[in-house]
Amino acid sequence: MSDLETFREETKAWLLENCPEEMRDGAGGEDNICWGGRNWKFQSEAQKVWLERMAEKGWTVPAWPKEYGGGGLSKEEVKILKAEMRAINARSPLESFGIWMLGPALLKYGAHEQKMHFLPPIARGEIRWCQGYSEPNAGSDLASLQCKCEDKGDHWLVNGQKVWTSYADQSDWIFVLVRTDSSATKHNGISFILVDMASEGVSTKPIKLISGKSPFCETFFDDVKTPKEHAPGVSAVVGEINRGWDVAKYLLTHEREMISAGGGGLLGGRGIGEVARDQIGLEDGKLADPMLRAKIAQAELDGWAFLLTLERMKDEAKAGQGVGANSSMLKYYGTEFNKRRFELMMDAGGSDELEWEGERTKDGKLARNWLRTKANSIEGGTSEVQLNIIAKRILELPGA
Amino acid sequence: MPLVLTEEQEMLRDSARGFLDEKAPVSALRKLRDTNDPDGFSRDLWKEMAEMGWAGILVDEEYGGADFGFVGAGVIAEEMGRTLTASPFLSTSVLAATALKKIAGDAHKQEYLPKIAAGETLFALAVDETSKHGPAKTAMAAEKAGNGFKLSGYKTFVADGHVADKIIVAARSAGVPGEQDGLTLFLVDAKAKGVSVERTMMVDSRNAARIKFDNVEATGDGVIGEVDGGYMALEGVLNAGRAGLAAEMSGAAQQAFRMTTDYLKERKQFGTEIGRFQALQHRAAHLYSEIELMKSAILKALQDLDDSYGMAGPICALAKAKAGEVAKLASQEAVQMHGGIGMTDEYDIGFYMKRIRVAQEMFGDTAFHTDRLAQLRGY
Repeated sequence: MSDLETFREETKAWLLENCPEEMRDGAGGEDNICWGGRNWKFQSEAQKVWLERMAEKGWTVPAWPKEYGGGGLSKEEVKILKAEMRAINARSPLESFGIWMLGPALLKYGAHEQKMHFLPPIARGEIRWCQGYSEPNAGSDLASLQCKCEDKGDHWLVNGQKVWTSYADQSDWIFVLVRTDSSATKHNGISFILVDMASEGVSTKPIKLISGKSPFCETFFDDVKTPKEHAPGVSAVVGEINRGWDVAKYLLTHEREMISAGGGGLLGGRGIGEVARDQIGLEDGKLADPMLRAKIAQAELDGWAFLLTLERMKDEAKAGQGVGANSSMLKYYGTEFNKRRFELMMDAGGSDELEWEGERTKDGKLARNWLRTKANSIEGGTSEVQLNIIAKRILELPGA
Repeated sequence: MPLVLTEEQEMLRDSARGFLDEKAPVSALRKLRDTNDPDGFSRDLWKEMAEMGWAGILVDEEYGGADFGFVGAGVIAEEMGRTLTASPFLSTSVLAATALKKIAGDAHKQEYLPKIAAGETLFALAVDETSKHGPAKTAMAAEKAGNGFKLSGYKTFVADGHVADKIIVAARSAGVPGEQDGLTLFLVDAKAKGVSVERTMMVDSRNAARIKFDNVEATGDGVIGEVDGGYMALEGVLNAGRAGLAAEMSGAAQQAFRMTTDYLKERKQFGTEIGRFQALQHRAAHLYSEIELMKSAILKALQDLDDSYGMAGPICALAKAKAGEVAKLASQEAVQMHGGIGMTDEYDIGFYMKRIRVAQEMFGDTAFHTDRLAQLRGY
């Protein structure tokens, strides 16, 4: 047996032994995610046990090095672990911005002491992070951000406002883009710093969205003092001071890839055509609404071609080919496609899916998700910004 | 299998590109058109292509072929699409080679596959009888007569029909038009009594014909595959052709797009390059994304034809549908973004628009294949 086959067998056995039955319902959706953090209330004992056991193995972040709380697995091993988890319908033990965003940034730009200090609590689900990027006047033009951070000798002094901070009201720490040099050109005076949300002067206010939910907040910094070092040798700044834009750009690319892959992942569920067939019915073997049928078929075809493109881009990257800026193409197409998909599901659902409250629609679940998708092509860089990036980086058009 | 070309396939692509740029650029097609060339392609060039192994790209080595598989054939088709090269490649080396390889008996294989690989014998596949594709609509009659059949009917949009030595034709030996059952494939000599071929001058300056069959005798030996059960066999061959056409359209679309972005960088209006205007940038960037999706679908279709030929129907439908849609968009955007010059015959971009229009129609347009996918998915 090859090493990988042995790994697969052992992994399978361990999962069967350790994954609680209740965690094998494959339940996705935001309601069932375990986010962790100081204030986290486990939805069940099983959720807690599952997190503890997986964290013990380092499998909440299987690809991270062991010394930072990860599993130290190779790419192939991670793939096997994911496949075996899918095979038993296991839920993800932990999701967080620490795992998705800060972790990758620290692994690439952080000092060893910063990694040792911050990564293991993320892996164990003890600290929940949020991301402070956008500001009221810095959205698509993120680099024009103004949140001020002054050097006060033994500490930093932060003043300003962030917006669209996901789950800021429930988070323990925040990684923030701040302006540390206002005399420099706009990309050159930005730093990436880490702030404890419990610091005096930090406050948050949830923003209610068109879906009726409030996953985002406004976050205010009012004379917030942050120590230069959070522990001996552990700087509050990731990467070089005034070079935070490099870290931000890296994370934005990473975020785009995640969002586009997430758009693809959503296709795993039932096809639009199948949903429409159940809602509308067939006539002579064809969906009874011929115009809608054509639109759905076109969308399913594009969805399939998009999934193949995700696969091809991954294979190209593995083969050392491909274009980095293609993440913008995937983000653009994937999010636009996801919006199209939900529009068609709403079309197929008709008036039934318009019930905002009540058991029949689970409080308008589809409608709320439909509205949520409208943010897909705004967050992480709008579709228009992605098209600008494609024009500039890939097509090399002038002045873009 | 990873969705990338192997090193060998990349080498094939590079050598095809070099060869075609030198020997068969768009100006060669223009010349064939302007001189009213009776063949519509260069026989000398076809000989050279055969020597390079292209004519026998799908033919097994034992029959003198290169045996490069469908991905290899797609690579060549794509490069021919870039230069709009006129050649019998699709009809003879993809369609006929696939039919003989996958369906025919040993005698046919031994007789014809070496001739295909050597570039000696040209084939055409005659399927459609009406202006829109639909193999099940076949009405052409194949009546039993002695040991063989008599074929009577009419075929249209037959690529390379007027230069072909042999014609593979779908006829109805049982059932009624609209049914899949009852089709039989025949191999007919183009010079046989009762066959009359009319060359049709098409929009794309490429070869096609209308062919009339008037009581044409086909012996029992002339049958390829099963009598009455030819539909699925024909579908397989058509799928190979659809993937090949999709690859050709992809090459044409990519080249038209390249010409367009080059033009955006160079053409000045209002005192600056027009490529600075966001209205054009966003359209170009969107088209780029669509082209990437098309490429993924086509490569997967070609790989599946190699790995699981009998199961490749849906992915070939995807490839043909997507290629038809995206290549059309690419050619339309190309003409629009070029402005007035794009409308002139002197400029090459119009040739791309014309070829794409024809290729997207052949063996089912985007609507045909989109409908097929919807049916396969049960709605």
